[in-house]
Amino acid sequence: MASEVLVKPQMRGLLARRLRIHMVGAFLVSLGVAALYKFGVAEPRKKAYADFYKNYSPEKDFEEMKKAGIFRSIK
Amino acid sequence: MLSRAAWSLMLKKSGHGRREMHSPEAPARGEGKMPPYANWYAERSYPMPEEPFCSDLNAEQQALKEKEKGSWTQLSHAEKVALYRLQYHQTFAEMNRRSNEWKTVMGCVFFFCGFTAVLIWWQRVYVYPPKPITLTDEWKAQQLQRMLDMKVNPVHGLASHWDYEKKEWKK
Repeated sequence: MASEVLVKPQMRGLLARRLRIHMVGAFLVSLGVAALYKFGVAEPRKKAYADFYKNYSPEKDFEEMKKAGIFRSIK
Repeated sequence: MLSRAAWSLMLKKSGHGRREMHSPEAPARGEGKMPPYANWYAERSYPMPEEPFCSDLNAEQQALKEKEKGSWTQLSHAEKVALYRLQYHQTFAEMNRRSNEWKTVMGCVFFFCGFTAVLIWWQRVYVYPPKPITLTDEWKAQQLQRMLDMKVNPVHGLASHWDYEKKEWKK
């Protein structure tokens, strides 16, 4: 209809380009999610357990529980 | 001005024809088509049915149809619009117009949610039996004290939030 000539759009290789972009993207996203989980969840959890058990004494814990009176076989 | 008068005149004439000849409950239609193949109401999912909207034409409309068989460049704008109106019930703009139905729908949804809430509240007050002993406040307090004495989940869970020296929850 109009007199000016339009630029010919990309006709081929559309799926290949999409796959390329999304493969790279998916790889990066999954790496990112894994890194976030490791440093957001896993490492703090490991540290919390390590700190808890650093100065943990099972005997002291047992004495406290016995004094609180939760055991049935020991008074 | 003149073309608009001509079109509205055509519309009035075909309007009568449409309503009388195209009422869906008229039995004389015989094997009339059912939606979406009929053109009684414009449908977004079936925009171009085979049957025209108005197939019983008066003489003026038939003359227009004859003129349509020739070159379309000779049709005036009003004639083209009249032909469109003969063929289709509504334009796309008319068919796709917005409505305020969503307000009614949401209002009724919320109303019935509220009504259900009233029913459930009545049920809670008048139907439910008394709470079992394990859900009374005294029992729950004793239960919590015993859990803290046992030091359940001391790393991340319940006992980790209790300060055993000060005997209160950690801030």
